[in-house]
Amino acid sequence: MTSLTATEVRPVSVVDPRGLRVAATITTIVLAVVLLLSPHAVAAVLLAAQAIVFLIGATKGPAVSPYGILFRRFVRPRLGPPTHTEDQRPPQFAQAVGLVFAVVGLIGLLTGAAIVADVAVSFALIAALLNASIGFCLGCEMYVLLTRARARATGA
Amino acid sequence: MSVQAGILVAALAVGLAVALWRRRRDGRVREVTSSDTGARVMTATDLGTELGDRATLVQFSTEVCAVCPATRRILGSIAADTPGIVFTEIKAESAIDLVRRFDVRRSPTILILDTHGVERHRASGLVKDQDVRSALEALD
Repeated sequence: MTSLTATEVRPVSVVDPRGLRVAATITTIVLAVVLLLSPHAVAAVLLAAQAIVFLIGATKGPAVSPYGILFRRFVRPRLGPPTHTEDQRPPQFAQAVGLVFAVVGLIGLLTGAAIVADVAVSFALIAALLNASIGFCLGCEMYVLLTRARARATGA
Repeated sequence: MSVQAGILVAALAVGLAVALWRRRRDGRVREVTSSDTGARVMTATDLGTELGDRATLVQFSTEVCAVCPATRRILGSIAADTPGIVFTEIKAESAIDLVRRFDVRRSPTILILDTHGVERHRASGLVKDQDVRSALEALD
């Protein structure tokens, strides 16, 4: 396998797990700041920005989400090639889950439902923290359960 | 401390607690007693291969499982250098029936079956070579 550098085109379906950890770390920090500044308007702006990041990650994949691009341009060149790569689909699904929490939180902030906002942002924060610290990947963890649910739904 | 800072601290504490809990459970080989589940049995037909004379190591994997290759290597090498032990890997996506029967919820899930195909130990996540070997010794 050729070594992956920042300038080479890599297959879209796998990602450098270190990029995922960096993205999760940034996400954790952003969400912590949102929680601290809630329910100030600045918190809503920041949360909206994070929701957009989640949206890009969920639709286009974590490698081309803003944090993924930051990783590739500023962190990756200082590192050697990854020891292994990961399928991007579960982290992509996790970004979608984050998006749902962020949107609920945003609605909470915009409608003055501060508790709703705090709970939603806290959940997203915990998921990001788990990913950043122990590589816990919500999408991966749910994959088997989702496969079972889908089989049940299609009558398998 | 402001209310919001308190909420942040609480969220971080929950995150830390879950991380520690998951780190403890991950890869731990637990003994299964038949009172938990009613003894679950896997047959050679289920597996598509003969059971091991001493034990069978079964790994449920999925396509999107970061530690499955490493787990496969560990279990494969134990089976290769220990007589009477067979290792087989099952793709969860194509064995939903077995996934349900054995209540598999994550990947990798590792089952240690005895010579009759009865589930005696299970683990999920990356297992340690030594933990699997100790569980196998406990079977005899």
